Amino acid sequence: MLSSYFGPGSIVTQGTSPSFVAAVTQSVSLLVASGKTELSYVDEVLESLKTLGPYFVIAPGLALAHAKPSDSVLAPGMALLRLDEPVISGSANDPVSLIFSFCSPNASEHMEMLGDFGQLMSTDQVMNNLLNASALSVIEDILLKNAL
Amino acid sequence: MLIYAVCGAGIGTSVLLKSNAERALSMLGIEAEVRAVSIDEARGADKMAQVILATPEILDQLAGIPAEVIAINNIFDLGELGEKLKATLS
Repeated sequence: MLSSYFGPGSIVTQGTSPSFVAAVTQSVSLLVASGKTELSYVDEVLESLKTLGPYFVIAPGLALAHAKPSDSVLAPGMALLRLDEPVISGSANDPVSLIFSFCSPNASEHMEMLGDFGQLMSTDQVMNNLLNASALSVIEDILLKNAL
Repeated sequence: MLIYAVCGAGIGTSVLLKSNAERALSMLGIEAEVRAVSIDEARGADKMAQVILATPEILDQLAGIPAEVIAINNIFDLGELGEKLKATLS
């Protein structure tokens, strides 16, 4: 179940963010705050963004921030920062409003999580509903209760 | 038929790309093995895939690999995946 990977307080909506890097930092910090990883993972993600560019902006309006599996990670986890005002990442999929992040302690434990995530996000209207959701509860229903 | 789903680390995007490519292929009735690999693994592979799926950002880093490279803009769009795979494989 996808919902089991979202720790307490790991889904946040807010008006805007100063930059894409700030939004990524905040999203990954939600993984830290919800107990999925240690703080050093934030730097690992930012380093990877610096080296590889915005490669994790994988669909129009959506980023999936992550770094390689690492010792900083305590458990497979996901988090989401949804912005009302999108930010610019430099990707062809700009502007970005949905900044997901994930972490995995090794190269296998997140396979099921990403499989479930991919299936949900490929479902008609899920992306639009997340982009346009008027309240946090609507987003939580989609991600945690699979209610579209 | 061997297909590589490639991303920078071989851990996130490529895994999503693999799972959605498998869904698109099964809808098309095409049998293929899809492996999620990193750019380095794709470059150094013993057994080269016939087709490589990747996001546009990393195409430059795949130059020179002897496989047909397909760029996928929206990896959640099974329609885009299906159309591009069908055009390449048929």
